[in-house]
Amino acid sequence: MPTRPGRCTTDMATLLWLVPALPLLGFLLLFLSAGRAPRPVSALIGVGSTALAAVFALVLAGWLLSQGSGVLRVTLWRWIATAGLQVAIGFQLDTLSLVMMLVVTFVSFLIHLYSSEFMQQDEGYSRFFAYMNLFVASMLILVLADDLLLLFLGWEGVGLCSYLLIGFWYRNPSNGYAARKAFIVTRVGDTAFMIGLLLLATHLGTLAIGPMLAGAQVQWPTGSVLPTAAAALLLGGAVGKSAQLPLQTWLPDAMAGPTPVSALIHAATMVTAGVYLIARMHALFELAPSVLLAVAAIGAATLLLAAFAALAQHDLKRILAYSTMSQIGYMFLALGVGAWSAAIFHFMTHAFFKALLFLAAGAVMMRINDEHNIFRMGGLRRELPMAFWSFLIGSASLAALPLITAGFYSKDLILWSAWNFRPGGAVLWLAGLLGALITPIYIFRAVFVVFFGAQHTRPSSRYGVRIVLPLTVLSVLALTAGFVETPHALGSISALSRLLASTLPTRELAGSAALQTVAMVIAMVLALLGIAIAWWIYGRGAAGALRASAPVRALARWWLGGWGFDWLYDQTLVQPFLWITRINRADVIDTGYGALAALGRLANGLLSQTEDGRLRRYAGWIAAGSLVAVAVAMFA
Amino acid sequence: MPANTLMHAWILAVVLFGLGVAGLLARRNLVFMLMSIEIMLNAAGLAFIAAGARWGQADGQIMFILILTLAAAEVSVGLALILRLFSGTESVDADAARALHD
Repeated sequence: MPTRPGRCTTDMATLLWLVPALPLLGFLLLFLSAGRAPRPVSALIGVGSTALAAVFALVLAGWLLSQGSGVLRVTLWRWIATAGLQVAIGFQLDTLSLVMMLVVTFVSFLIHLYSSEFMQQDEGYSRFFAYMNLFVASMLILVLADDLLLLFLGWEGVGLCSYLLIGFWYRNPSNGYAARKAFIVTRVGDTAFMIGLLLLATHLGTLAIGPMLAGAQVQWPTGSVLPTAAAALLLGGAVGKSAQLPLQTWLPDAMAGPTPVSALIHAATMVTAGVYLIARMHALFELAPSVLLAVAAIGAATLLLAAFAALAQHDLKRILAYSTMSQIGYMFLALGVGAWSAAIFHFMTHAFFKALLFLAAGAVMMRINDEHNIFRMGGLRRELPMAFWSFLIGSASLAALPLITAGFYSKDLILWSAWNFRPGGAVLWLAGLLGALITPIYIFRAVFVVFFGAQHTRPSSRYGVRIVLPLTVLSVLALTAGFVETPHALGSISALSRLLASTLPTRELAGSAALQTVAMVIAMVLALLGIAIAWWIYGRGAAGALRASAPVRALARWWLGGWGFDWLYDQTLVQPFLWITRINRADVIDTGYGALAALGRLANGLLSQTEDGRLRRYAGWIAAGSLVAVAVAMFA
Repeated sequence: MPANTLMHAWILAVVLFGLGVAGLLARRNLVFMLMSIEIMLNAAGLAFIAAGARWGQADGQIMFILILTLAAAEVSVGLALILRLFSGTESVDADAARALHD
């Protein structure tokens, strides 16, 4: 950056570390106030710190874009220094982390603002904001870290906050169970991640992302064992965090947390950390084509499984949870076929429309006495117009309603990239298309059941500006955020992929523009068809006939339980483990230690008999002992 | 001092020490036990004096003065304890003091 004075770079470096530091400071203030701060003060700290972080992120974005394709690095201090490994606490801002940072800070700010009203009556108001701020800080550390170990710190930090916030209403034991489940299941993935870190550190000698990836490209041939193992282990971590097959079971239960938490952590940001990790490590994954294919396969399988499971749910939040899983499946599919920027594009639009859907769902449920079951709602269109329009816009974007919604553009790009993938692109494309048909069915099922038909409940009170504003802003974003990247037939804008091109490699897509248009039209028709099917079944009331048939009911039961994965894991993992604990109640390994303790107790019994309080006996022992000592001194 | 006088003095010291130990172990009266300890201390003191005289060194006498001081302190503390015990139990029997153990 020769044209700019150095001082500006220094200022920007300060701003960069302030972005994660501000929410951390907010957390510390709220944490140290121990709930004694008045509610407005807690809200001000919680919302204010994220707002300021968002402003700083915007300033940084403006500066970085004016620099062209620069990368901003700031090293704060040395963390670990050993002979084999140097780890620094440092942040880097390139275009990939810029997009992530902007989305994270802005969505966080909007959700914090929404929460300040949504959680108004809650006794843990200040605790809530403390956890949320800690989460935002951890998430920002995750996306800005320039060292894989620091990234892992943020990774574990968001996991901790996820645990704390799922179990936020800790008086209900089932919430605590859901929190533990989320923590333990993601821990399985995190263990793989950690082993991957150790593998990379031992073989490449550094965990600093840039040098490490460069070293990997030099030392490791494509497709060899080491990069495949490392990438597979990192994929394990990503799968756990992003709730993909086979570690997806925690996400539906995570809906036990407050709705803003579901919006922020379990939809918009944390669960997409796996997508970010793979995108960040793309150079490593490109050395392991088989793992990359596995990423695509996992994505395709998850997007279908979760979409079908969403069809059968009757808890509004669980529908959205399965939908999140399914959409992240699309992102994994994009990553797997090498469409890195398409994955990040879909991450961005998904963050907007899914946060919007959750916030709108929360806005509905808070007005009808926290009812979650969609079949006990109904006809809320007229009573709750604000929530209705927000939810409708979010649903349209999720269903990829053609032309006017953001979800359409990002999903279309993913499908087109999958089509161009060789080998197996056609299968992945078909899976994506099937998902694109199911998605509108399940989400518009919710729309028609909740907002249309007969009214069952009478909503109370009104929304304040702190709920209306985030819903409005997110609605606008859910519609317009897609215009940064459009297909050939619709203007061929590629602002986002050009921006990301300095960080993520782009792959030239082979298919012609005409073919792309045909594929796009097919996706359009499927989205509209899905909405029509949902209308036919749930809007016109064909659902009753459907429910009457026994196979459909059995299928719905199967899908309601998420394809029985919980049952499967219970049978194959939990029950055998419990069986082992039962037969090994008197722990085998404990017997050794038990023997040691018994020996000690025996010696204690013998010795304490000598201490009987008879003075003369003591004197006798002393005399005898002295005699022995003298004898030893003389003769030995 | 000739060498065999030293030996005589040491034999006396050993006999005195043995008497002290025997008294300590045999007597149950705490006052007598205290006296036995005094005898043992003095036996040690005698051994030091004799050795100091034999080799013409002042160390033996210094050690004796130390033992004297020690004995004075020990007796004052010991007697005070015995008095306390007597006022509590009406007895100076060492075995009766066993009650302190339980």
